[in-house]
Amino acid sequence: MAYSVTPTRTSIAASRIALGALLRRDLLVLRKNFGEFVGRTLMQPLLLVFVFLYVFPKIGQGIGGGSSNAGRGESAFATVLVPGVVAISIMFQGIQSVAVQLSQEFGFTREIEDRVQAPCPLWLVAVARVLSGATQGLISAVIVFPIASVVHAKGVHANLSFHWWIVLTLIPLTCIAMTSLGLLLGTTFEPRNIGLMFGFVVLPLVFLGGTYYQWTRLAPVKIGGFHWLQTLVLINPLIYVAEGMRAALTTTSHMHLYIIYPVVIGFVVIFLALGLRNFRRRVLS
Amino acid sequence: MIGHKQKMVDNNQIGDSSEQVIRTVELSKTYPQMDVPAVDKLNLEVGKGEIFGLLGPNGAGKTTTAGMLTTRVIPTAGQAFIGGINVRKHPTLVKQLIGVVSQQNTLDRSLTVRENLYYHGLLFGMGVKESARVADELLEKFHLGSWGKKSVFALSGGMAQRLMVARAIFHSPAVLFMDEPTAGLDPQSRLALWEILQGLNSEGQTILLTTHYMEEADQLCNRVAIMDHGQILALDSPVNLKKSIGADAILTVRVEGDPLGLIEVLKLSIDGVSASREIEGGVEIQVSETEKLLPRVINLAESNGISILDISLAETTLETVFINLTGKELRD
Ligand SMILES: Nc1ncnc2c1ncn2[C@@H]1O[C@H](COP(=O)(O)OP(=O)(O)OP(=O)(O)O)[C@@H](O)[C@H]1O
Ligand SMILES: [Mg+2]
Repeated sequence: MAYSVTPTRTSIAASRIALGALLRRDLLVLRKNFGEFVGRTLMQPLLLVFVFLYVFPKIGQGIGGGSSNAGRGESAFATVLVPGVVAISIMFQGIQSVAVQLSQEFGFTREIEDRVQAPCPLWLVAVARVLSGATQGLISAVIVFPIASVVHAKGVHANLSFHWWIVLTLIPLTCIAMTSLGLLLGTTFEPRNIGLMFGFVVLPLVFLGGTYYQWTRLAPVKIGGFHWLQTLVLINPLIYVAEGMRAALTTTSHMHLYIIYPVVIGFVVIFLALGLRNFRRRVLS
Repeated sequence: MIGHKQKMVDNNQIGDSSEQVIRTVELSKTYPQMDVPAVDKLNLEVGKGEIFGLLGPNGAGKTTTAGMLTTRVIPTAGQAFIGGINVRKHPTLVKQLIGVVSQQNTLDRSLTVRENLYYHGLLFGMGVKESARVADELLEKFHLGSWGKKSVFALSGGMAQRLMVARAIFHSPAVLFMDEPTAGLDPQSRLALWEILQGLNSEGQTILLTTHYMEEADQLCNRVAIMDHGQILALDSPVNLKKSIGADAILTVRVEGDPLGLIEVLKLSIDGVSASREIEGGVEIQVSETEKLLPRVINLAESNGISILDISLAETTLETVFINLTGKELRD
């Protein structure tokens, strides 16, 4: 078999094996750097809930529609914020584990050059990264949620309740949507432009992504009769992720699920299609 | 594990023509927005067991050719086959058959030295145990045994290159592609790599390498294709290529004043001058008769009132062949 000039496997068999190996490699790297992974996953959510749900109530900073009525406003805000924080951490996995990684592998470590010689189609190399990134998103949701729901001042309570079938379907789906977004961003931005990506893409997505407020609450922002902000943020995928997390983890009002599911699936398709096209263009000449 | 193949003296015989590993038919690539093709109607056949060299200056089209054979560059015309499989149509099958070492360091920075090999094995369908065994074997063979657990950041350039070669041949590819394998290596690491490649070849590994070092092509390759502007100008064994220019040696003479006069004098009085050209401050002459050549040249120059600053006689090289073919030097 040594130096044989005929392939030993069909394309499909070889691809299946390669996909398995690519995923194993990514998971090994995750295991090796698990401490670092947990650290960067937890930092932002911890700061958010600490400031908003602990410090603000302590210092009497009004948030959640008034500080006078004995923690009621804060609790309502906590109920809105905790799912929002889970949404943010899912999104950041997409950015960190896919976009930033890929951008570096393309731009300066050139690791991608070798990975695309794997005996499988190019798109599968990209999809493998999306899948392993999504796994990391899932793990981060699982570790962020309990922490986000316990850090708060006395008297502040997030009203949480699990809707299991939504949790089990929507969280994986949103993880894939966010890592697909990561694929698109990572194949678009050169490593030296990563700062631009954070400034002009990631920050606007986060601040206008409905993580600190419900989408329905944006209605009062209008010019004439036009709810411009509420309409504008509809192009932001994070809105649907945050609202979806509210549907999955709380009993507060949220966008209808029959809007959330199809739209998130639509984003997966769009991000994957554009991301894979970019990936192919970057690899082949 | 692998049958040894005698390295033959007559390099023309190398490569079992009944088993082509690489074949290209009018293979061409014109990059978008370029008006001249980077590779122009290339016809090439590489047989099993050969070390085949693409030799050419910067921009000759070597990397583009290797890229088309390794599925990375999409040809604009013509076909390429690895082991009879159309590269364009079945890239996934072809990737099972090739090993690639690229010009840059593409090692996986997140993995250790040994893991770089081990996961490559898994990628190509080896079992966990077999992959671990081959990884350890290759670490020893490539003198990286004590580096297995280290990060790849710890490796020197030469060691990183060796690890990339080990990784590329891990799955016993039908052909190993190497783009400028020794560019940027110090002379010692270069020699070490040449030895490794010769060793692999003697075990039967087919290798296609690109280079712009004529010594590398000369020392290492069974056959060499000299490329420029995307075309093959000559293709043969290094020995035959050098024979083809009909000269045994290169005489270089530096003189005071105008060197052209000397060329005329030498052409008239010395037999076997096949070509000559002016170089900075002197002349370079291809000669086939070297018997007592130096004293004769010195005498001739003196009697014609030309004073010689420096004179030397060297064997012809592939560089000479290239100069004859293109009128320019390989290295600029
Ligand atoms: N991706 C690309 N897009 C456009 N033109 C390219 C591209 N890659 C190479 N070229 C052009 O194609 C020609 C051949 O380039 P190639 O890289 O194949 O040469 P080479 O022989 O490998 O040279 P070097 O010794 O510099 O590596 C050059 O003129 C180069 O400018
Ligand atoms: Mg090149």
